[in-house]
Amino acid sequence: MPDAIIACQALTHVYLRGTPLEATALRGVTVEVRAGELLAIIGPTGSGKSTLIQHFNGLLKPTSGNVRVAGLDLWGPDADRRRARRQVGLLFQFPEYQLFEETVLRDVAYGPKNLGLPDETIAERVDEALHSVGLDPARFGDRSPFSLSGGEMRRVALAGVLAMRPKVLVLDEPTAGLDPRGREELLHRIEALHADGQTFVVVTHNMDEVARLADRVVVMHQGWVLMEGPPNDVFRRGDELQRVGLGLPQAARLVQILQSRGVPVADALTIEQARAAITAALGGKHGERHGAH
Amino acid sequence: MREPFIEATGLQFVYQPNTAQAVVALDGVSLSIDRGEYVGIVGGNGSGKSTLAKHFNALLLPTAGQVRVAGFDTRERDALWEIRRRVGMIFQNPDNQLVATVVEEDVAFGPENLGVPPAEIRRRVEAALEAVDMAPYRRHAPHLLSGGQKQRVAIAGILAVHPECIVLDEATTMLDPEGRAEVLAAVDALNRREGLTIVHITHAMEDLAGADRIVALEAGRVIMDGVASEVFDRLSETPIGVLEPPPIARLARWLRQDGLALPAGIHTVEALADALSRSHGPVERRDA
Repeated sequence: MPDAIIACQALTHVYLRGTPLEATALRGVTVEVRAGELLAIIGPTGSGKSTLIQHFNGLLKPTSGNVRVAGLDLWGPDADRRRARRQVGLLFQFPEYQLFEETVLRDVAYGPKNLGLPDETIAERVDEALHSVGLDPARFGDRSPFSLSGGEMRRVALAGVLAMRPKVLVLDEPTAGLDPRGREELLHRIEALHADGQTFVVVTHNMDEVARLADRVVVMHQGWVLMEGPPNDVFRRGDELQRVGLGLPQAARLVQILQSRGVPVADALTIEQARAAITAALGGKHGERHGAH
Repeated sequence: MREPFIEATGLQFVYQPNTAQAVVALDGVSLSIDRGEYVGIVGGNGSGKSTLAKHFNALLLPTAGQVRVAGFDTRERDALWEIRRRVGMIFQNPDNQLVATVVEEDVAFGPENLGVPPAEIRRRVEAALEAVDMAPYRRHAPHLLSGGQKQRVAIAGILAVHPECIVLDEATTMLDPEGRAEVLAAVDALNRREGLTIVHITHAMEDLAGADRIVALEAGRVIMDGVASEVFDRLSETPIGVLEPPPIARLARWLRQDGLALPAGIHTVEALADALSRSHGPVERRDA
């Protein structure tokens, strides 16, 4: 596929090989991340999600198989993993614990500074990164990151990765632990950046967020890719998802229960879609106005 | 019969008092929680939820006002053990709460420290692991368990001390959907079967389907306190600040606006599915 930014092929990963604690985390995973898409990776704890994303920028070395970033094999003879790491920005869980500088500006500038960029370029990137996470540099720049709210701190951490201008942003559980306002602001920023063409990989347990954000979903289970496809197709397989300990978006679960009881409602992934589907099927003003879907 | 177990009166708490960085985290909270109640405490980041919870087992002491737990004033030094034995806390990160290398040893840690005789410890450990459905894992290493399993071991560790109340502070935040469901089911069962008082602090109102009552905090004050389903209904009518009703409560409100006849108090997928298939027949229930 020509427009794949990241492509893993038959990737396996075994931790602590040859010891009594040997554990196979990936068993032949073939996935790709396509330019401009927002790919959601879901799966129960221990399914290999975190191991997989650490392969995306060469933090781990495959036991077998390979990983290509922008066409180049990360572990091939003339591999340049430093370059790959700049192209694939990884934001780990609870990234606010990794903030360390005295001011927001300095924290966000840390990465670009290490690239050895000229000062004006750094200032420009920091300014743009803060704006794109919705933090006004004039208001927040000189504050200590530790004086911010949880949601703001997390957006500073995101700005730090954005300032590296990665081709792909990989976010591990980006909204975990945020309150509804912090979550909404962050999701809104992700949506806006994605609309501008930024490629994302989002690992999450929150199916409602998958329904809202994702163009494509990869479902991991015991080190395998169990399913792959658009959210609509994946969430239609509710029984299989439940069998591996994953849920459905609440709207999808509601609609599927109604369907199983013979209520003729259309598929829905978000509560907005469920509203339209239910009023269309059961009457009500909204349904009449919008007609049957 | 109602019997207050936790009583906060005019509770105020200030971090770094008398400095330039002083932050008023609780600003006059009065609240009474009955024995056997399941209370959800909700609010945004920085609303004072966790600060309040830490007053419930005397991890923090009031700057002003008073907190009584099982009749003991938390500021009395002699009461500390009495309070800690009665109120156990579960925190967000399952990895920070387990101390031993084998599950049953971890659960035994509390009663051992209390000087409980070995035979009684065995009985308690077994019963505690049964209660959270973890008995088959008694000889496993905690660090190899899933997040939901770890949290249930942490709860078992508290149960082995025979507490009267469990306080959960964002205890499901880091769990996957299955782990979350496991912990919620364990907590529900402890409340209903064993009559334990539960105080559950969370951002996610959908986690509070089992709660009798919801207390909402904002900027260190109680802004709402009522029966859970009524609070959800009220919030879906008029959202307050960062408090977001469960999505299904919001959907139910929209559908009512759209002219569908739905009863009040709906905030779970199951309740809404039942109401819709009941009142909007003729629908043959194939699964009935």
